[in-house]
Amino acid sequence: MARYLARRLGQALLVVAGVVMLTFAVMRLVPGDPAVAFAGPKATPEQLAAARERFGLDDPIPLQFVNYVRDLFTGDWGTSLRTRQPVRDDLYLAFPASLELVGAALVIAVLIGIPIGVLAARYKTKFPDFGVRFTSMLAVSVPVFWLALAMQLVFAGHLGWFPIAGEYDSSLDSTSPLTLWTNITIVDALITGNWPIFTSTLEHLVLPALVVAAYPTGMIAQMARAALIEESGQDHARLERALGFGETSILTRFALRPALSPVLSLIALVFAYSIVNGFLVEAVFNWPGLGRYAAESIKSLDTPAIAGVTLLVALVYTTANLIVDLLQGVVDPRARAR
Amino acid sequence: MTAAETAAGGRLRRTLPRIPDRFAAFGAALIVIVVVASILAPWIAPYPDEPNPLELLRPPSAAHWFGTDQVGRDVLTRILYGGRTSLFIAVAVLAVSAVAGVTLGVVAGYAGGWVRDVIMRVTDVFLAFPALLLSLALAVVLQPSVNTVVLAIAATWWPWYTRLSASVAASIATRGYVDAARCLGVPAPLIILRHVLPNSLTPVLVQLSLDAGGVILTAAALSYLGLGAQEPTAEWGLMVQQGQTLFTTNWWVVTFPGLAILVTAFAFNVIGEGLRNALDPRSGGARQERAKPTSAGAAATMSTRVVK
Amino acid sequence: MIEVRDLRVRYGTRVVADVPVLDVGEGECVAIVGESGSGKSTTLLSLLGLTPDAEISGQIRVCGLDVRTAPPRRLREIRGARAALVMQSPQAALSPATRLGVLMRRALRLHGREATEQIMSEAMEAVLLDPALLRRYPHEVSGGQAQRFAIALAIALGAEVILADEPTSALDVTVQAEVVGVLRRLRAERGLALLLVSHDLALVSTIADRVLVMKDGVVVESGAAAEVLAAPSHPYTRELLEALP
Repeated sequence: MARYLARRLGQALLVVAGVVMLTFAVMRLVPGDPAVAFAGPKATPEQLAAARERFGLDDPIPLQFVNYVRDLFTGDWGTSLRTRQPVRDDLYLAFPASLELVGAALVIAVLIGIPIGVLAARYKTKFPDFGVRFTSMLAVSVPVFWLALAMQLVFAGHLGWFPIAGEYDSSLDSTSPLTLWTNITIVDALITGNWPIFTSTLEHLVLPALVVAAYPTGMIAQMARAALIEESGQDHARLERALGFGETSILTRFALRPALSPVLSLIALVFAYSIVNGFLVEAVFNWPGLGRYAAESIKSLDTPAIAGVTLLVALVYTTANLIVDLLQGVVDPRARAR
Repeated sequence: MTAAETAAGGRLRRTLPRIPDRFAAFGAALIVIVVVASILAPWIAPYPDEPNPLELLRPPSAAHWFGTDQVGRDVLTRILYGGRTSLFIAVAVLAVSAVAGVTLGVVAGYAGGWVRDVIMRVTDVFLAFPALLLSLALAVVLQPSVNTVVLAIAATWWPWYTRLSASVAASIATRGYVDAARCLGVPAPLIILRHVLPNSLTPVLVQLSLDAGGVILTAAALSYLGLGAQEPTAEWGLMVQQGQTLFTTNWWVVTFPGLAILVTAFAFNVIGEGLRNALDPRSGGARQERAKPTSAGAAATMSTRVVK
Repeated sequence: MIEVRDLRVRYGTRVVADVPVLDVGEGECVAIVGESGSGKSTTLLSLLGLTPDAEISGQIRVCGLDVRTAPPRRLREIRGARAALVMQSPQAALSPATRLGVLMRRALRLHGREATEQIMSEAMEAVLLDPALLRRYPHEVSGGQAQRFAIALAIALGAEVILADEPTSALDVTVQAEVVGVLRRLRAERGLALLLVSHDLALVSTIADRVLVMKDGVVVESGAAAEVLAAPSHPYTRELLEALP
């Protein structure tokens, strides 16, 4: 286990190093001069030179890369050309909002996906199975931005069940201001007992979270179904039948845990995917997350901000993969022996 | 033709038309409709794909089944032409990434050692970027257009094929007939071309069909963000974006293009799933020998990392 | 315990087992012998209704229950609790993520039995296993231990008859002896009936009272073990015997 862990860690570090290099390369390729963008169109040549100096744009490329890496290590992710804030601070505000959205979506996905996966496996080739396969396939095939628009129009616009957009009612900021701990609004509202903001966030969260949840729910349902069907065809399921256990309890009490192992690794994959997929949903619901930040940064060719978002998401992806590898050992005792 | 080649060809011929369940057959039927309708768009579209200031934002009717858009173009016509764009993107992306990915993967798998290590680590780096994100970054660098979309998505898609074909090629490289060829002094490129490549193709084809839906969704998302196809090109994602401000009053301008994306992605996904099931050793015991490379491939796709 | 009349198991049009008569009385040990593919395992599994895709005709009574027509609930009640199955590959037969003790406790509760440490330990000791193994996962015990655990499950649940499908063929020779020893002792001490499926005639000759010889799904010979093995009347049985070392 320790050797396996060390190797996985080494691999992850290599990936991170590669990601940093790639991000740097993409940053150099973005059109437009960051100095001009920073100093503004009316800048004097002196101001421009100062900006170039500040960003180290006159240094040779290898030196720029070394400086970039050194800055990253010291926690300096550059300064956004648009907000003029350190990118790290911007991300520190935007990322928790995305995490809140994707986290809620994944909770929904697991809560719906696994039970309907069990249902499909239990009634394999019967109508419930067909229904689950059909809907889960629809869920992974639906364009999220379109689903977001449609849900917004129907449930927020026409029916008025949920708010149209935003993270919570901003008038609450003056009546019951939120103390920030984690920057994840719903968590902060919960631990500080700020119920008005908590309920308002929950209301705002439902629609976008459901939309983001569509893809992971479908994937999890399909994977859970396949893994459960495979498990219930194994020798041990026959023994459990011979012991008098019914099909449902074989699936939920014996097959589910080993079947969760592939589902878990799927969740890691889908987590990173959902953060990026969430970008599109954030745009529709005006959710103050990474997606909106990325979209605005792209519009204004804000190179450091784009690089920051890219790097962050890649890091999240790599970390998620690593965590799942370790979790797998907990869920599946066979993996521990490796 | 060598024996291995014939075997690989036979494998394809025997398995491809074999669609086991009605669900997959349904998907295949949908795809045929979408493809035929898109190809025939110039001939079957009810109207020319041009603005008509006299017919702005007409709701669906007998004359305009799906209504007309903000500049008076028939939505059905736009959708048919948009199908060409989407299918072109899907085919181009998959072709580019499969050729690049399989080449690298087969070399990595056959060579092994440090060559494999280097290629696989680079692949890992690219895999650490979710497709849409790297596409976003690249689409910013390049001028937004259909070709940009193709390049941007292909840049994130090839690693999957590298990983898949590397694992298959590695297993084939250890087989007896490859050893035999090596001992006879057959040069490595020839061995790869004759034995390793043909036998790696089946899992890659399955993966291609599984991926087509994802490519179409990603392309639509990029166009929706304004980073892909540009006016006046007909593209479904772009149509949704252009219509979204009118959605509350003119539901058809957003609903139908979205449905077109949904149906096409759905159909490809269903076929991909059906093909994978058909080639899965567990779904038919008698076909185990044939399905061997696929099971290695399926394991590689399912797993989230390279198991080395 | 087990009464079978005119059993016929079919997959589609292919008849995989045709057994006119098969009886296992109380405390009796009956063995079905034959090569792999002779339909003997299918016969065994069909007795507990564990061949879901097969078409079955004839009469099967296990512990007084008509297996073919009984409602699934009733069938599940006798499975494990009165008629227990022991399978060929011992570790694969245990759910990988479930500790042995958890499986035993769940099985006991399922059949409305108390699941005390004492009952479970006694069952383990009856098959010469350390009760501490109850805390292990299947991959942490040996094949012989897993197989004896399967028998311990039957003991804990108070089964009257054990249906064993090639219980020793996946084990090493010395471990085989252990498992056979346990089975024989349980017969002697608890009057457990045993229906054994095996291709191992040496094993069968030491434990079985009666023998059925199957070939290609058909029973070609049956009778008292001593008689059949000493003076086989069917050429196939002779072949099997001659193949013995």
